[in-house]
Amino acid sequence: MSDITKEQIRQPENLVYTKTKLLTDKALSYCPGCGHGTAHRIVMEVIEELGAQDNTIGIAPVGCSVLAYEFMNIDMQQAAHGRAPAVATAVKRLLPDRYVFTYQGDGDLAAIGTAETIHACNRGENITIIFINNGIYGMTGGQMAPTTLPNMKASTCPYGRDVETMGNPLKMTELIAQLPGVHYVTRQAVHTPAGVRKTKKAIRKAFDLQKQEKGLTFVEIVSNCNSGWKMTPVQSNKWMEENMFPFYPLGDIKVDGQLIK
Amino acid sequence: MTEEIIIAGFGGQGVLSMGKILAYSGIMQNQEVSWMPSYGPEMRGGTANVTVVLSDERISSPIINSYDTAIILNQQSMDKFVSTVKPGGLLIYDPNGIIHHPERKDINIYTIEASEAAGKLGMMKIFNMIVLGGFLKLKPLIQPEFIHKGLEKSLPVRHHKMIPENEKAIDIGKDLIKAVQLV
Amino acid sequence: MKELKLMKGNEAVAEAAIRAGCDGYFGYPITPQSEIMEYLMYQEPYKTTGMIVLQAESEVAAINMVYGGASCGKRVMTSSSSPGISLKQEGISYIAGAELPCLIVNVVRGGPGLGTIQPAQSDYFQSTKGGGHGDYRLLVLAPSSVQEMADFAGLGFELAFKYRNPVMILSDGVIGQMMEKVELAEQQPRFTEAEIRENTPWATMGKPNDKERNIITSLDLDSHKQERHVAHLRDKYLEMEENEVRYEEINCEDAEYLIVAYGSSARISQKAVELARAKGIKVGLFRPITLFPFPKKPLLAYTNRIKGILTVEMSLGQMIEDVKLAV
Repeated sequence: MSDITKEQIRQPENLVYTKTKLLTDKALSYCPGCGHGTAHRIVMEVIEELGAQDNTIGIAPVGCSVLAYEFMNIDMQQAAHGRAPAVATAVKRLLPDRYVFTYQGDGDLAAIGTAETIHACNRGENITIIFINNGIYGMTGGQMAPTTLPNMKASTCPYGRDVETMGNPLKMTELIAQLPGVHYVTRQAVHTPAGVRKTKKAIRKAFDLQKQEKGLTFVEIVSNCNSGWKMTPVQSNKWMEENMFPFYPLGDIKVDGQLIK
Repeated sequence: MTEEIIIAGFGGQGVLSMGKILAYSGIMQNQEVSWMPSYGPEMRGGTANVTVVLSDERISSPIINSYDTAIILNQQSMDKFVSTVKPGGLLIYDPNGIIHHPERKDINIYTIEASEAAGKLGMMKIFNMIVLGGFLKLKPLIQPEFIHKGLEKSLPVRHHKMIPENEKAIDIGKDLIKAVQLV
Repeated sequence: MKELKLMKGNEAVAEAAIRAGCDGYFGYPITPQSEIMEYLMYQEPYKTTGMIVLQAESEVAAINMVYGGASCGKRVMTSSSSPGISLKQEGISYIAGAELPCLIVNVVRGGPGLGTIQPAQSDYFQSTKGGGHGDYRLLVLAPSSVQEMADFAGLGFELAFKYRNPVMILSDGVIGQMMEKVELAEQQPRFTEAEIRENTPWATMGKPNDKERNIITSLDLDSHKQERHVAHLRDKYLEMEENEVRYEEINCEDAEYLIVAYGSSARISQKAVELARAKGIKVGLFRPITLFPFPKKPLLAYTNRIKGILTVEMSLGQMIEDVKLAV
């Protein structure tokens, strides 16, 4: 290793990875170790591979990814908290030959936007919903989310989520999978190279199905929030595997309009 | 000329559509018109009423407290509107189902047994046109040709085959109207 | 002569919207304006002009659909009545902040709360002073006839795009429910995508390869930039005050007293003017047509030559504050 100079590393023939040009050069605002950056990248890579930069409209939510439009180098709209599926509905209805996707967190999609999510799914809108589930409100500083696990601590449940008084975590993905308008539902994670590959494949599949006008496609990405969980990135990924995955198991939930048994 | 009319009865008696035909006929005769219904829960199974104004001039208010003519088709409407007829004005009612007949002495009162006639003909749908005929007999504000055009405009095309029956009902109404009290 | 139709105000605004080349309607039922969506669904404009009509799951969803459609440079609209308009305020604030054009019809009913379904004019403050959070104004048109309900659909879209700002038609249960004769404008074509790219280069329709991408947002975390944005909005509202004031004067030439009233109250006031004139009282009717911008200057011009002003509105007194400020 020591015989390669910095100059040599910068030579094109030594290049092993480049950022897709569909991500802007703006430095990501996410905490180091957060899954959002990877999720952004693979969504944009899929759009680049589809050659759809000029043919895609993305809807950003309110939450950590409120500024997604700063990083995703395509036409973007920023929606009110929870309303992205309604916004996307109109965009797709009025521009049916475009790819339209929303990118939403758990508070946005599964709490304040519950109605918009369920009804866009139920109408079978030809859109793709990318759902980042990290079980916490990251942007506002680590409050309890609809997806916060039982007994998990957050700033508004400092002694852990008491399901007796605070309700159970909401499995929105399983819930919307029941609806006939929803064609493809999967739950993935991006904390390992294999996970990234699988998630990217799932997003590509969702966009392809959107093109075929199959109905709503929904990709949940279970993610970490090392800041909100008060852990190091490595600890948070381990904690996610040990605690989040048993409650939110990875894998396909609905394929070709059929629930996976 | 300005004629301010209230038509009131049960929902389903064709109160609103009678008003609409009258108003549309007015437009066909190049008059100014307004049609203002009661709406919302009032319409659901209970009473329905509509205010129609026909005028040669621009109509200011479509909402009125006193009327030149009241056409009353049930007891609730009689109770509500009998006092709103202007002195010297006209009250037409179908006595079917009316228990408390109007007692005012300062208005012209006519009855029209329209529901009985429509029932005998087995055509309750034209009940409201019989009533309209009675009104037009007393106040021929609109010429028959414009009533015909008004019917064409108000009824969906698929119901245009019913227009002759409607016009016949108007003629029946003209014969059925009976004076009770004249001032 | 063009064809005259007998229509409800609600039906007229719906038909006029189709004819104005509207691309999309998104609504939720509420009395006394449900005929707007009912009429559109019955007409099926998606089979003729291509206009989309969608019944949303809530007023909230409907206004956010408007946000999405307007972000694409499309002529989109929603309608509701007072409690539903309250629900839409968040979305309206975002639309104003993101500088999107759209048409909002409010067929006002009495409140507060669920209130009554009978007509009222008690949403004046909400409509003319912003309504949601933040510094913004809507351009507010107040029809007093079914004809104006129809005319203001086309005018509303025109002004909305001129200023990149939401326009509200502030109607009420009387104008929405009553039928009058109405003369409708000719069918205008919907904008083509090429026209949208030309006329509204800010629209998000997919980034052309040879152009910078577009972003629609109402967010600016940099407070200095946000302040500049609000100042820009203020300039726009001042421009509206300069250019878009509309009003009608009836029997005002020799008036010693003035009634100031808008919408259906203006209709009833006109009757009062007629009755007063018959008794020899010189009364005129001043009818604001734009409630924002309020016709301050023309009203001020009367102050030296009249004895008094009577403000008539179906509310506890809301427009009266603008009348007082004007004179």
